[in-house]
Amino acid sequence: MLGVLLWANYDIGGAQWQFVEKVPLFAGFSWALGIDGIALMLIMLSVFLMPICVLASHSIDKRVGEYMAAFLLMETLMIGVFAAQDLFLFYIMFEAGLIPMYLIIGIWGGADRIYASYKFFLYTLLGSVLMLIAMLWMVNEAGTTDIPTLMAYDFPVEAQKLLWLAFFASFAVKMPMWPVHTWLPDAHVQAPTAGSVILAGVLLKMGGYGFIRFSLPMFPEASAHFAWLVFWLSMIAVVVTSLIALVQHDMKKLIAYSSVAHMAIVTVGLFAFNVQGLEGTMIVMLSHGLVAGALFLCVGVIYDRLHTREISRYGGLSINMPKYAIFFMLFTMASVGLPGTSGFVGEFLALVGIYQVSSVVALVAGTGIILGAGYMLYLYRRICFGEQKNADAAAMPDLDRREFWMLGVIGAVVLWMGVYPESFIAPMRADIAALDARLARARPAGDAELTAGQPHAAAQTHEPAAAHTKGAH
Amino acid sequence: MDWSQSLRLVAPELLLSIAGLVLLLGSAWAKGDRDSRVITWLAVAVLAGCAALVAPALWDGAHGAERLAFSGLYSADAFAAFAKLLIYAAAGASLLIAPAFFERVGAYRPEYPVLVLFAAMGMGIMVSATNLLTLYIGLELNSLAAYVLAAFLRTDDRSAEAGLKYFVLGSLASGILLFGISLTYGFTGTIGFTGIASALQGGLSTGAMFGLVFVLAGLAFKISAVPFHMWTPDVYEGAPTPVTTFFASAPKVAALGLTMIVTLQAFGTQVAAWQPIVIFAALASIVVGALGAIGQTNLKRLLAYSSINNVGFLLIGLAAATPQGAAAMLVYLAIYVAMTIGGFVAVLMLKDADGNPVEDLADIAGLSRHRKVVAACFAMVMFSLAGIPPLFGFWGKFVVFQAAVQAGLIPLAAIGIAASVIGAFYYLKVVKVMYFDEPANKAVGQSDWVHQALLALCALFISPAGYLLTKCLGALAASAAAVLFHA
Repeated sequence: MLGVLLWANYDIGGAQWQFVEKVPLFAGFSWALGIDGIALMLIMLSVFLMPICVLASHSIDKRVGEYMAAFLLMETLMIGVFAAQDLFLFYIMFEAGLIPMYLIIGIWGGADRIYASYKFFLYTLLGSVLMLIAMLWMVNEAGTTDIPTLMAYDFPVEAQKLLWLAFFASFAVKMPMWPVHTWLPDAHVQAPTAGSVILAGVLLKMGGYGFIRFSLPMFPEASAHFAWLVFWLSMIAVVVTSLIALVQHDMKKLIAYSSVAHMAIVTVGLFAFNVQGLEGTMIVMLSHGLVAGALFLCVGVIYDRLHTREISRYGGLSINMPKYAIFFMLFTMASVGLPGTSGFVGEFLALVGIYQVSSVVALVAGTGIILGAGYMLYLYRRICFGEQKNADAAAMPDLDRREFWMLGVIGAVVLWMGVYPESFIAPMRADIAALDARLARARPAGDAELTAGQPHAAAQTHEPAAAHTKGAH
Repeated sequence: MDWSQSLRLVAPELLLSIAGLVLLLGSAWAKGDRDSRVITWLAVAVLAGCAALVAPALWDGAHGAERLAFSGLYSADAFAAFAKLLIYAAAGASLLIAPAFFERVGAYRPEYPVLVLFAAMGMGIMVSATNLLTLYIGLELNSLAAYVLAAFLRTDDRSAEAGLKYFVLGSLASGILLFGISLTYGFTGTIGFTGIASALQGGLSTGAMFGLVFVLAGLAFKISAVPFHMWTPDVYEGAPTPVTTFFASAPKVAALGLTMIVTLQAFGTQVAAWQPIVIFAALASIVVGALGAIGQTNLKRLLAYSSINNVGFLLIGLAAATPQGAAAMLVYLAIYVAMTIGGFVAVLMLKDADGNPVEDLADIAGLSRHRKVVAACFAMVMFSLAGIPPLFGFWGKFVVFQAAVQAGLIPLAAIGIAASVIGAFYYLKVVKVMYFDEPANKAVGQSDWVHQALLALCALFISPAGYLLTKCLGALAASAAAVLFHA
């Protein structure tokens, strides 16, 4: 019944396709909503994942009504975050999301849920409160709470740095960036499957959205000033969390750490200050939302059957669960970034973007992708291939129709995004170009010294050239 | 200024005192709980009448000489009207919730509404004071009634202890305040607030500084700001819950209103002298209120620490020393009153199967299973007290911090808001106990309809729907706060 309600809700969200061309809806005092292409894609991600989350919540047997209510509230607030055109409305939506997520983790979570829910709540709250003070100062200075106006407002450079740090504190926790990522593995592991999907699929994107909507356009000089801080943290994050992921025994934890690594690619791409980086970032975010969500669903599917997330308790699932193995393979490959899947497009563009700024950062981030292939394939081998050493795991039935469809839908979109990303980039192109123009004055000089078209630099230019054809046609 | 004009201005106080005396007389003939209930409802009607009397002053933004009564001893201005409306609302709520609580132990007496009326009158005089002696008279009128109220359950040891503690510490605070008043009078030569302000225009002598410090210390006792907060948890825990509701709401409004008048009007020309004191008290209250609450297992003690914590946030608005800051405090106070009443009413509604009150945190474990609505409302109050949007408690903190940022007190705002995260921890703990823990099946008893209605009303006010009021509330608070800066 509630699922039907949610599908109805989905249609309302789906109807917002018609607002592809920036339609700000204003109504009353500081209740300003409106979406541009970037917000539109993220809203689409939210409304796409939410019905799947409801489908995935089949195994929830206690307090179903409250559970669904929490998810619907969560969805409202997520859409609110992406659609808010008023600074304080954004903050309210951003923070309010903590309450339903806290309840979702705390009530329907795993054994250690209480610790995880506290950690999630307090970590993100502490990150956000400083942002509120920064917002108050900004509004006091600029005299408006309207986000589009603020995006064009030039704050004094010194003030920008402090404001940037305050916003960074919030978004870096939400993102999450190393070293403030530690809440994420706990929250992911303890949350119910659908909670993990929403957490990985949408909540993490709020951090990236925050950077793209606030930090970059509002404080371009400060962003350039702190770009290396972000690069360093991201480089550490990519390598460290990938290595951590390699040694995990818990499937959900492994995927959680892989999320941190992917998000580091997002931050690197964001602070590349160019179109490829920004578009790549958006695609990585969308792709990661789908793929990580799907991977958590995959974990959820076998968790529902065996009630353990221990990797070693499974093995050889491709024998008794062939359909499952195919889907899991697809999402593993997408996570790794195999060409043809959504992961490739985003990661490639992001790396191309960063390569124009710093080849070292691109190198390290690229290493992360190789490590990513390592831990994801290792995970897949241990789960799906090899001997069927556990009798109970070997006796598990394959996907039923519900599970098939919820994975199948995501799989289709992942392939679509991988084969023809233009459908997803097109709505965002104008907005990203505007952001790029805004950032132009603060763009750091790249060390790659790209000079397109000169023969001796052919080896270096070939990547960005490919990206130009891909990203800008 | 003729007498009839003055009497018209003090009409709410006149009505309260006459009605209080008549009801006191009537209570001599009252027999049993039914008569007590009738007197309670009459008292609520009287409070409603007083609210109707003061409301026009707030709407008009009244201020200035024509609102002064009795040769400038009392001012019926918009600020006083705002505070009085809150006081009457809080007093009315604590009257409504009382009968069901006291009747169960057979201790309800018609004196309860009468005492609340007298206390409300004293508080009304406090927030209308324009003069140190009016201030003191109002304070004592309120305190005398409050001491008796704290010990209202005569047969209960905890209640008697609370009354005695409140009396001893309250008298000490009054003594300190009186000492401060005498010093201030001695060094400025006047007891009128405007006179003091102009006398201190040139500078603050050491003697007057001492006077200021002692007056502030006395007031800090009344608003239970750190470091003068020690009595609060004991008294709140010991006093009967309806009385605690009253203590945590109405006198807080009155004492904070009084503090605003004294600092912004009487010592308004010496902001630099008291600002550091207020900043210290604010931060200390936030931190101590938050840390102290973490270890508490009694819900009333926990709410007591929460009120200390909230006073800290309110004082941040005072530290700004601007009209915005004062208006922010008034908005916060209005929201705080609703949250406090909601919180205590929810505690009042927690009863075991035999109807005995349940006050322990462990006893409400899993409350969300068997008392869904109460648990949801209580959780809303907790999130709201923690200042988590979209609940209305966030707005109170928001305006206060906005005022602080506008006044350039950015470090204070940053530290204050960071410390609020500590507070969020114990509010979350209550929610966790109610929602995550396995049911203790203790608090299963049903509650009175008046309680349910009040809780629903408070929950509605602090729900996101409350944001619809922000414009109106903000405008009223701004016009009320402007009064303090007219002189």
